Amino acid sequence: MKYVDEFQDPDLAARLLDDIRAAVTRPWALMEVCGGQTHTIIRHGIDQLLPDEVELIHGPGCPVCVTPLEVIDKALEIASRPGVIFCSFGDMLRVPGTGRDLFQVRGAGGDVRVVYSPLDALRIARENPDREVVFFGIGFETTAPPNAMTVYQARKHDIRNFSLLVSHVRVPPAIEAVMQSPDCRVQGFLAAGHVCSVMGTREYPALAERYRVPIVVTGFEPLDILEGVRRTVRQLERGEHSVVNAYPRAVRDEGNPAARAMLDDVFEVTDRAWRGIGVIADSGWRLSERYRAYDAEHRFQVGDIATREPAECRSGEVLQGLLKPHECEAFGTTCTPRTPLGATMVSSEGACAAYFLYRRLDLPARPTAAAVPGPSLEDSTVG
Amino acid sequence: MLSWTCPAPLRDRPRVVMGHGGGGALSAELVEQIFLPALGGTARAALTDSAAVELGGARLAFSTDSFVVRPLFFPGGSIGDLAVNGTVNDLAMSGARPAYLSCGVILEEGVELDTVVEVAAAIGAAARTAGVRVVTGDTKVVEAGHGDGVYLNTAGIGLIPPGVDLRPERVVPGDVVIVSGAIGLHGVAILSERENLRFGTDIESDCAALGGLVEAMLAVTPDLHVLRDPTRGGLAASLNEIAVGSGTGIVVRERSVPVPPPVASACAMLGLDPMYVANEGKLVAFVPREHAEAVLAAMRGHERGAEAVIIGEVVEEHPGMVVARTALGGTRVVDMPLGEQLPRIC
Ligand code: SF4
Repeated sequence: MKYVDEFQDPDLAARLLDDIRAAVTRPWALMEVCGGQTHTIIRHGIDQLLPDEVELIHGPGCPVCVTPLEVIDKALEIASRPGVIFCSFGDMLRVPGTGRDLFQVRGAGGDVRVVYSPLDALRIARENPDREVVFFGIGFETTAPPNAMTVYQARKHDIRNFSLLVSHVRVPPAIEAVMQSPDCRVQGFLAAGHVCSVMGTREYPALAERYRVPIVVTGFEPLDILEGVRRTVRQLERGEHSVVNAYPRAVRDEGNPAARAMLDDVFEVTDRAWRGIGVIADSGWRLSERYRAYDAEHRFQVGDIATREPAECRSGEVLQGLLKPHECEAFGTTCTPRTPLGATMVSSEGACAAYFLYRRLDLPARPTAAAVPGPSLEDSTVG
Repeated sequence: MLSWTCPAPLRDRPRVVMGHGGGGALSAELVEQIFLPALGGTARAALTDSAAVELGGARLAFSTDSFVVRPLFFPGGSIGDLAVNGTVNDLAMSGARPAYLSCGVILEEGVELDTVVEVAAAIGAAARTAGVRVVTGDTKVVEAGHGDGVYLNTAGIGLIPPGVDLRPERVVPGDVVIVSGAIGLHGVAILSERENLRFGTDIESDCAALGGLVEAMLAVTPDLHVLRDPTRGGLAASLNEIAVGSGTGIVVRERSVPVPPPVASACAMLGLDPMYVANEGKLVAFVPREHAEAVLAAMRGHERGAEAVIIGEVVEEHPGMVVARTALGGTRVVDMPLGEQLPRIC
């Protein structure tokens, strides 16, 4: 089992943990930016193995979690229209919008399809010229280039029944927003390796300098995380704050120039709302002028959508590292993967889901999902 | 119109969603909350894959299953193999020797007869390999657009040998958990064929009949505590069912769980957990500690169990829950899957 052995080798892990223990002299709070990293940390019990002084704070890097409710509701609206084939990655289907999710739209007769690549959506558009095919383009710098590519291809091959519902977000402005929060406790960052493999590391030195935080580019396997923690802690102990690439097998400083060129061609930077956090300046992409015709929001006129967030959901604080999932009142009681109140309980990269799925045993006792029924229809109806 | 402040719980949904057929918590709920009350039964036993019934002094296992797989033919098997092996395995998991099957066929108008010929041939061949006879059947045709070509239903009966009593309730702390071989092959093979994904190597379904393997195990001792074939919902669903049914805790050593590298990398790419991926020719056995080594040896002596390994044990702590010890030495809960697994975004 090469896959397991290479990146999950217990002996190597033990050596890294020894190094970290030897280096630590006082408490440090590190934020792993990406939800994929959160998932690895909780799934493999890495936070249990680290010395008590090292606290991992979960960051905002779950693309599903930060997609604004308004965009989800637009997706639901578009997907419900006759003649539309709505294509999405699987994990968006269970994300609650205002009152329903894409699965329910499909159950009610909507043509909602799970695809594994955005190019599949384009193929579906080619095969169904009399239908409108919409792809739900969400995610960070990792998913943005292939999604940009579909629009580029659609224009090149004059496929007119294809459009993109865009809600792409960029990581560096989010790091900045986290640092600017008055309650911020983060002293170092494990930056998301996948993002850097596209964008490179050029955006980070200025951030590291301005906020005097070490930023270590980190991968997603257990050993990657431990190495990232080790390098961050070592810098903190020495009072350093530089950008270090601890994921050289995937990340070059310049990133992937071809992917960046595609992004620059198809997208332009814009302000974006992050679910639970609010608008962050320059933190997103939208289709640039040349490609506006492929923007599903324009094509389907879904401007006037009224949204309503469940008041008790505190996923905004969870996403900013201000609250641990189990500290939310609703965690495990009214909010479970089966009865999710927020996207962080649905997404495979959401912190609430990771805590609920993997960590229930170690958390301070609370009633379990089985003991406390979810909200009934009546409870949840407003006038 | 949109008047809910928070999304309705899945169980309050007014319509069926795909997850209701996924073999996880939603499927169980559908049966428990709708079918069991309507049929006048409340016994947990009715939820298992096959029922043990007495008839004229004989103890019979009785089971039924329907097959709606897309595509009809996939690497390592077809809907015909699944329909035979699925029911044969459900019977075998009661410790029964599978004997007779029925086969119901629902054809969609427009399906090529060549396809029907191929499916029928696969049913016949699988039945011969499994040592069972298809003794009754039925055919219906639905209008074009009302089915995926071919749906099959099989039911089967088999005889449970004296002294064999396989039930979750018999599982006790100290029992050893054995799986018969590599997991995740069927689910990944189907996915790769259906979605046209390639994962470097071709992955074939493990679809196979397990009656012979079970016989070899029972020959060592009739005192196996429980057997399950981890189909929909994968190993995680089977282990959770047994943890809940027995009121014990289960600990799995993650490193011991046999995940073939192509399955591991396909799952990593799609964000799936191999523990939740379907199998069609594997079983998980709960065996009293004193018999574990002998049963393991017997399994390894059979072609369907050549890669059998011990993956964990039953404990008193955390009753009703499955916990994995990770390769690094941490722990995590392995939960009951809710519905289908969803491939993640990046
Ligand atoms: S536990 Fe549920 S309600 Fe609480 S923050 Fe997480 S998603 Fe929101």
